[in-house]
Amino acid sequence: MAQAQLLDKPFQEPPEHPKAWKWYDYFTFNVDHKVIGIQYLVTAFIFYLIGGLMAVAMRTELATAESDFIDPNLYNAFLTNHGTIMIFLWIVPAAIGGFGNYLVPLMVGARDMAFPRLNALAFWLNPPAGALLLGSFFFGGAQAGWTSYPPLSTITANTAQSMWILAIVFVGTSSIMGSVNFIVTIWKMKIPSMRWDQLPLFCWATLATSLLALVSTPVLAAGLILLLFDINFGTSFFKPDAGGNVVIYQHLFWFYSHPAVYLMILPIFGIMSEVIPVQARKPIFGYWAIAYSSLAICLVGLFVWVHHMFTSGTPPWMRMFFTISTLIVAVPTGVKIFSWVATLWGGKIRLNSAMLFSVGLLSMFVIGGLSGVTLGTPPVDIHVHDTYYVVAHFHYVLFGGSVFGLYAGIYHWFPKMTGRMLNEPLGITHFVLTLIGTNLTFLPMHELGLKGMPRRVAMYDPQFEAVNVICTIGAFVLAFSIIPFLINVIWSWNKGKKAGDNPWGGLSLEWTTSSPPLIENWEVLPIVTKGPYDFGMEQRAVMERKEDEEEYEYDDDEDEYEDEDDL
Amino acid sequence: MEQIPASIWTLTAGVVVTLISFWVGQNHGLFPEQASEQAPLVDNLFDIMMTIATALFLVVQGAIIYFVVRYRRRKGDEGDGIPVDGNLPLEAFWTAIPAAIVIFLGIYSVDIFLRMGGLNPGDHTSHTMGHKQGVAVVAQAPQGTTSDVPMLLAAKGDIDVGIGASPDVLGQQPDVAVKVTGMQYAWIFNYPNYGITAGELHIPVGKDVQLDLNASDVIHSFWVPQFRLKQDAIPGITTELRFKATKPGTYPVVCAELCGGYHGAMRTRVIAHTPEEFDEWLSQNQVASGPESTDFTPPSLVAAHLDATGINPQLLAQVQNEQAEAMPNDRHHHHSMH
Repeated sequence: MAQAQLLDKPFQEPPEHPKAWKWYDYFTFNVDHKVIGIQYLVTAFIFYLIGGLMAVAMRTELATAESDFIDPNLYNAFLTNHGTIMIFLWIVPAAIGGFGNYLVPLMVGARDMAFPRLNALAFWLNPPAGALLLGSFFFGGAQAGWTSYPPLSTITANTAQSMWILAIVFVGTSSIMGSVNFIVTIWKMKIPSMRWDQLPLFCWATLATSLLALVSTPVLAAGLILLLFDINFGTSFFKPDAGGNVVIYQHLFWFYSHPAVYLMILPIFGIMSEVIPVQARKPIFGYWAIAYSSLAICLVGLFVWVHHMFTSGTPPWMRMFFTISTLIVAVPTGVKIFSWVATLWGGKIRLNSAMLFSVGLLSMFVIGGLSGVTLGTPPVDIHVHDTYYVVAHFHYVLFGGSVFGLYAGIYHWFPKMTGRMLNEPLGITHFVLTLIGTNLTFLPMHELGLKGMPRRVAMYDPQFEAVNVICTIGAFVLAFSIIPFLINVIWSWNKGKKAGDNPWGGLSLEWTTSSPPLIENWEVLPIVTKGPYDFGMEQRAVMERKEDEEEYEYDDDEDEYEDEDDL
Repeated sequence: MEQIPASIWTLTAGVVVTLISFWVGQNHGLFPEQASEQAPLVDNLFDIMMTIATALFLVVQGAIIYFVVRYRRRKGDEGDGIPVDGNLPLEAFWTAIPAAIVIFLGIYSVDIFLRMGGLNPGDHTSHTMGHKQGVAVVAQAPQGTTSDVPMLLAAKGDIDVGIGASPDVLGQQPDVAVKVTGMQYAWIFNYPNYGITAGELHIPVGKDVQLDLNASDVIHSFWVPQFRLKQDAIPGITTELRFKATKPGTYPVVCAELCGGYHGAMRTRVIAHTPEEFDEWLSQNQVASGPESTDFTPPSLVAAHLDATGINPQLLAQVQNEQAEAMPNDRHHHHSMH
């Protein structure tokens, strides 16, 4: 329903439908953005558990140098599906699909997404995609890695590989539908009283993510469909013995799949920009810098893909161009990190689970980002490409970054979504275990890669066994860390402390409605009177008035403002 | 008065962070030994990045921990923090400094890449065999033609990807040329000038070695961690890896690109001999096996999975034939070993 029509509706009119959905509404083709958001989050989390079990099986195999726990082909099927599920069915759907759908209409003051039915359709493409991936195990499982480079992908497990391709095309289609919806919703349905500089940064991040997905996803789809033709219909786009070129596939694949990293991390950056100011009771530092850096990452992110191919078939000029563009991405990313750290300065920081996961993310992401810079330079990349160093790097970014951010978001908005608080001691236990597990699992992998252990191997040189044992122990800690979280979510959803409408004292619009929000979000649409991060602004107004009235001088009770000069 | 201790603290912290970063950059001990001319170049670049990364990590992480402790909410305080939402000079500073760092790293890494030979793959071919083919085609082309198809066809065989001649050997023939074929799950090394085929790579130390890499089934990736060099072997495209080993010894050759179930077992060795030992190895193998025969023994790790690898004498013979066909006869290298 267009917002204009909604606004025309007299507000006194009693609603024609119930105020909240029943449990079974969550299993239907429901068009409410909040239902779809939770459908995305819960489905994605189930896939996270499945992908996590695959990871545990792989780490168990890697506890010894020999291939003695699972068959090497099954191992490859696990590593392929672990990567695919974690990226395409966990992080992307949870971050954009889950949080995006739930929050964007609430944050911009709309009653739903611009195209509710398209939204529901986009979600319902995900379960069949997951079923295809899991079903592929009955046909041997796709074994060519989540990158599925031909010719390997054209010669191993053809049926499973075709199922894998169809699954990715499904989620890709879902992503394109979602992107169109987000762009239109933010652009056209933002409540008129909200200025662009009052748009929550999560919405800026979603906008940038959607633009990026819209440009890059069709290229992946094209590449995969050509691959599908090569496997099933006798074409030879990528078959070297029939005039094809295997490197072209890599270009098509990475044109999407490097930006996919930003599809995963940009919405998480958006979550950070919401959680940190609210929990630190501070205005976000550098609003426009953060908003523009999202757009900059979106643009530059389209020109970095060849750094995945420095050891492949790329001419030298390409390596030089993509070195520079890859390194440049570090600048807007750094701006964001510094801005969040500066937001912490002078705050009144609540050290709850949401905040702990946020500062945990900052710490982990700094490590992942810095190792990313080393991968942008060809000399070092050539040595460590396709080794455990790369595995360490992207798990710091995607686990320490994206997954920590998703947890932060869940702890922050769970009260809004369910009307109940999560239990803090369980949340802090979850955080501590996750932080230990992440570092124990992934930090030693840097050394493994630099010293000579390639990735995607079920068997390796025995000299690396001791370090691998540490990684495996870490993986078990990580697996175990989920348990307090699961208990917490299930118990708190039913029996947790009532949250009230605005437990954190947030200022963005989602906190102005009830928890959980009504169907269609508000009885009366809110009017935006101040920005989403105007914490302590009364204080500032008082201060500024004082400044006007008398010559500026510090009073004893304003001592803390002196710290401002340090910045 | 109160400003002075703060700046001294900042200065001290800066000095400590700098010292720690330099120490970590020089002493991280994360690399295996250096055994090629390229290895020290790569390590230097990495060490510099490690120094910068350590400093940045300490500063950011230190700030996070300090702020979280110092500005944590005290019990009963429900107020807001200090309403600061920007500082233009500070933001310009932390945009400009990382930008300057990455531009420096970009320029420096391109320079290292140049010195490694990364900008000159295909150097020898364009000067010798490629050139010769090109001349032949141009001679056949009718006068006045505007089509560049013959030129493109002539150029098609040229190698233009990989690590080529480093500046000191630019324009020169390599001392030793080896055709390398990756196949599930073994590396096969063919010395066309000596008629030797082997399952391990033997090279002389201090000589300019060129590998022409190819793959007979799927993509493989040739990696010697001690050389810091890696290059994909791609079906249908010949890639190049040119280097000088600097230290005699035996080093692992690892396949770094997922190539199937036994990818992890696709390992062999590179043996860097002194030039005298290498000549001895050459003469022994030439005498013992003759120019047409095969001295291929699967490396022990692959042998454990030989059933799964599908390597058999027929396949070997086929690969050798392919190599023989692909190997042009006009390729005369300077045998300047001695």
